[in-house]
Amino acid sequence: MTIQQIDSSSIPYQILDPEGNLVGEMPDLSAERMLSLYRFMQLGRVFSNKIIALQRQGRATTFGSLAGQEATAVGLAAPLQPQDWLATSYREIASLFVKGVPIPTVAYSFRGFTPQNWPAESHCLPIQIVIGTQMLHAVGLAMAAKISGDPVVSVGVCGDGATSEGDFNEALNFAGVFQAPVVLVVQNNGWAISVPRPKQSAAQTLASRGQGFGVPSRLVDGNDILAVYDIMQKAVERARTGQGPTLIETLTYRLGAHTTADDPTRYRDSAEVESWHAKDPIMRYQKFLIRRDLLNQDRAQQIVEELEDEVNEAIRQAEEMPPMAPDSFFDYTMANLPPRLEEQRVDLLHYVDLKD
Amino acid sequence: MQMTMIEALNSALALELERDQRVILLGQDIGANGGVFRVTEHLQRKFGEERVFDTPLSESAIIGSSVGMAVYGLRPVAEIQFAGFLFVCMNQLASQAARIRIRSAGAYTCPLVVRAPYGGGVRTPELHSDSLEGMFLQTPGLKVVIPSNPYDAKGLLASAIADPDPVIFLEHIKLYRSFRQETPEEHYSIPLGKAKTVQEGSDVSIFAYGAMVNVALEAAKLAQQEMGTSVEIIDLRTIWPLDEEAIVHSVEKTGRAIVVHEAPRAGGIGAEVTAIINDRCLYSLLKPVGRVTGYDTPYPVPGLEDYYLPTPEKVLTAIRHVMEP
Repeated sequence: MTIQQIDSSSIPYQILDPEGNLVGEMPDLSAERMLSLYRFMQLGRVFSNKIIALQRQGRATTFGSLAGQEATAVGLAAPLQPQDWLATSYREIASLFVKGVPIPTVAYSFRGFTPQNWPAESHCLPIQIVIGTQMLHAVGLAMAAKISGDPVVSVGVCGDGATSEGDFNEALNFAGVFQAPVVLVVQNNGWAISVPRPKQSAAQTLASRGQGFGVPSRLVDGNDILAVYDIMQKAVERARTGQGPTLIETLTYRLGAHTTADDPTRYRDSAEVESWHAKDPIMRYQKFLIRRDLLNQDRAQQIVEELEDEVNEAIRQAEEMPPMAPDSFFDYTMANLPPRLEEQRVDLLHYVDLKD
Repeated sequence: MQMTMIEALNSALALELERDQRVILLGQDIGANGGVFRVTEHLQRKFGEERVFDTPLSESAIIGSSVGMAVYGLRPVAEIQFAGFLFVCMNQLASQAARIRIRSAGAYTCPLVVRAPYGGGVRTPELHSDSLEGMFLQTPGLKVVIPSNPYDAKGLLASAIADPDPVIFLEHIKLYRSFRQETPEEHYSIPLGKAKTVQEGSDVSIFAYGAMVNVALEAAKLAQQEMGTSVEIIDLRTIWPLDEEAIVHSVEKTGRAIVVHEAPRAGGIGAEVTAIINDRCLYSLLKPVGRVTGYDTPYPVPGLEDYYLPTPEKVLTAIRHVMEP
């Protein structure tokens, strides 16, 4: 398997060039599967645009744009089996959809509530906010799978900024030392809010970090869905067959603002953003699919319209779900509430009654 | 000049950078972006990238390297983007910054300021609203400052930067732009460790800080209207060291006390203030000390945070309680 050769060179692995031409070896994917990947990429874009629009109307909480990173988000989750685990940052919501988390469940969380029906069997950890920390959870899940003798793989995903955190480096070290069946993915989207990638690390690539920890690593064109899928597939297989962890850096770009609370015109050049619009991962894949006669412009348009209906329906469902009960934050503080917390709950309910 | 708290803090930082070459600013997105709340707006342009700079995304390294710079003789003012992320650098704060002086028997010191936005009510994601001051109260060696208005923010930040020891300076997100206040453009300082009487009263003392000072003021107005209660409000301003004299003096006058904070109740500032009252003026008390605080749960999601936070109604209930004959 090519992945075993450590390649931390600065030439990213590519199967589709930016024009959608095949420049590498096609991974084994059926026509149906190829279209399914396309659909999930478009779903990520539609969902992101929709929640941002809702946020502008005061109907959603702070949201980080997913635009531009759909190839990585979909490609990293697609090779996973149901029993595999996924620990992501807030930028991989499309990965959660691939892994089977329902759209209304995620949409509900952007109403400012905790989804009450998070599918535990999806093996997706809920999004956590502290940068890079989930990488250690991914390693721990993988260590547990190995200790338990289960053929289960775990994937941790973070951004380029997260590679500066201690947790990220400690995760790599544990992954290497314990030969954990884990794939650690760095979505290098060029920016950690306002701090550009070159100011994050003096290293030429983030993939090269693997070398110092004895973890094989690979640099991939993160806007090439087939390349991401192919490398992930191989890395997941490596992990599942007891050959240890892999670090993958995907080169992509955050086309939107960091979040709805951010104004990127303060710190980055619009020409740079434009140049990456030309490398849009969805358009690249769409050109490829059209050339292969698996898709045409009309059908592509139709798919987007279907997804818009699907997302609108999901948001309608999320908005019709009852709000969380005012005292529900007591429910999950711990398995059994000490008397003092029960008293505090009664205190809160007294004020809720006053309002009604 | 009428300033918001953001402008007052920006003014304080600009003046300190101007006055003292040892002062440097570091953090995430504080340069070109001016900080996610714009507290450091234009400061990099004015003072250069050597003295005002963005760091890699690493809270622990921001504080750990600031410890080194402070020991060397600089006056680092580090920004941690949200107080919730201070958990990530607790080792550098509690095990290191707070102990440099005692570990070296005074041979080295750590005059470092850590600024961080905190507090709830503005619908932020997880760990962007938490109040962690209780944790720092349990961290000997650190000072903890929490201003409630623009004027105090500017004067207290000047003192924090001049202070010979590490200071955690917590800025309530809701107060950043909620009101303007007359604030001098020139340098001035307000001593750390001194509370302020916001409103004189004779029946009950309310001890609060940060955004809770305004909540206490509203409750006091309601209590005055409803029962003619005369409420004294003390803004603690510095959480450690606490102004014990101000606490004792007020309780000896009113005989009743309530502490208000949005941090969890157990082992918090309220517990410490109550203990000080027990130690020093228990027999002045006509009623047990009241506490109006966040609940002993993790800070809830945005859709529920209004239920978690102390409100004027909750404080009014506590006032009624201590005023019962």
